[in-house]
Amino acid sequence: MGQTLSEKILSYAAGKPVHAGDLVVVDVGTAMATDATGPAVIKVMKNELGAQRVFDPARIALFADHVVPAANIASADAQKTLRSFSAEQGIGHFYDWGAGICHQLLIQEHLVRPGEVFVGADSHSTTAGAVGTFGTGMGATDTAMVFATGKTWLKVPETLRIIVHGRFSHPMVTVKDLSLKIANTIGIDGATYMAVEVHNVGWMSVPERMTMCGMTTEFGAKAGLIPPDDVVRAYGFDVPSWLTVADDASYARTIEIDAASLVPQVAMPSEVDNVADADAVSNVAVDVVFLGTCTNGRLEDLRAAADILRGKHINQRVRMIVVPASHQVLEQASREGILTDLLAAGATLGTPGCGPCIGRHMGVLSAGEVCVSTGNRNFPGRMGSPQARIYLASPQTAAVSALTGYITDPRNA
Amino acid sequence: MARVWKFGDDIDTDQMVPGRYAPILTGDDNTGKYCFIERRPEFAKEVQPGDIIVAGRNFGCGSSREYAPVAIKQCGIAAIIAESVARIFYRNCINLGIPVFEDPSAVQALADGDTVTFDVLQGTVQHGNRLLLLTPPAPFVQAIVREGGIVPYYLKYKRFPTGE
Repeated sequence: MGQTLSEKILSYAAGKPVHAGDLVVVDVGTAMATDATGPAVIKVMKNELGAQRVFDPARIALFADHVVPAANIASADAQKTLRSFSAEQGIGHFYDWGAGICHQLLIQEHLVRPGEVFVGADSHSTTAGAVGTFGTGMGATDTAMVFATGKTWLKVPETLRIIVHGRFSHPMVTVKDLSLKIANTIGIDGATYMAVEVHNVGWMSVPERMTMCGMTTEFGAKAGLIPPDDVVRAYGFDVPSWLTVADDASYARTIEIDAASLVPQVAMPSEVDNVADADAVSNVAVDVVFLGTCTNGRLEDLRAAADILRGKHINQRVRMIVVPASHQVLEQASREGILTDLLAAGATLGTPGCGPCIGRHMGVLSAGEVCVSTGNRNFPGRMGSPQARIYLASPQTAAVSALTGYITDPRNA
Repeated sequence: MARVWKFGDDIDTDQMVPGRYAPILTGDDNTGKYCFIERRPEFAKEVQPGDIIVAGRNFGCGSSREYAPVAIKQCGIAAIIAESVARIFYRNCINLGIPVFEDPSAVQALADGDTVTFDVLQGTVQHGNRLLLLTPPAPFVQAIVREGGIVPYYLKYKRFPTGE
């Protein structure tokens, strides 16, 4: 019987053929931690495991991205810990204030490779599936063991196959809308313990694939993969010849979704699968619009918002904050005039990184406030007060909602 | 005797320890005092070592933050019994040596505030006259938890679990 992409990658990494359900020990291609998780990883590695050196400094990346620039002494201390650990261990891939979000940089800087296992101490590590990497999020202890040994143990997951039919029929419909629709279809735990493979999406760009694969963690997935193809090669990645979809691979479940009939979607408070057509919630008044995150903070996302906001001004009740996913995105947005358009429309700008997504700084919400976020989570208290209300949407829906002051279907703009 | 702390479906790690109470902002690894600080403000004050958490579906979904299960462990929770448990959280609990049982019928049988006797070795909950036999985790998971977590397991056996 043929293997799924996950089975192929994990077989390669285990050095023997494996199938869903097998418990395997695999070689890890790249491992990473952030300022939010890294200090705990380092502590477990040194104090509990008693390991003094990482297995291979070239295969480890560290990112100060969750609270940058440091918001207080504790976060400054956490980032100093990463800085000195990188120097001590000879870790060249350390990305400091403003370089950007880990998941963005892992692909932008080609730190992950198609066909390899990537372990990140951050749940959205599934994003690396955009280039055919088995990217999976783990906790500090698991990541510490990878740092020390270069290996991890995994149960080979069953695979949920998502077949996407057609393409979006309106330019205001995006991969974010597709992701939210899938969340609504299979539920917030619809892929728990499973790998997700998204098929028939050769038309998606790498940035769009990153949005899709990052969102699979919101369905509970262990990894989210799109079969890597010439789009990924054109992005500068070597795709091994064996990393292809087998016709006779065995999937635990297949769902099919029609992209052509899809309309803009919004995830309502307080779960990612609590999804409605944007048009159906158009009476909701908006206080804050947040454009950014590993899900939707890329150049294409900023450009889409600028195209909508150019020559206009956001509603006077609305505060709009834009946080580019990386320094490169910020610089390019500046060069293309995208920033000028966003700023002229009344938006403000934050340092590239995770921004207010986790409710720690740079736009924490007060009780009763409504935020339209291009991020990935709308749990109670995620961005501040548990009484704040977060609606997740595409950059297009977010930008149009900033203009009108109400959640607005961008097709109606 | 243990008290049952019952929670509903889809309790995410932001509700266990909100991002604002993370060690990166507080400089404090002792997250136990913030456990469920907004979801159930009385929890951290009233929980007693040996109490158990009973929850619905998809317990621990969301962020990979290990300081969420660390908080639960610091509160002395003896076990988590849930209808289902999200993936990263489940791994983190195993790694920290927190016993986790996925058993929907036991969840149905237990209510918030119930007083029970929990036996981790037998995998049982005595509730009044009723003895609940919990569905046991996979043997390799039991082996890790028995050693107190993945690090003690690894240091003892010099290898990762293999299931053999």
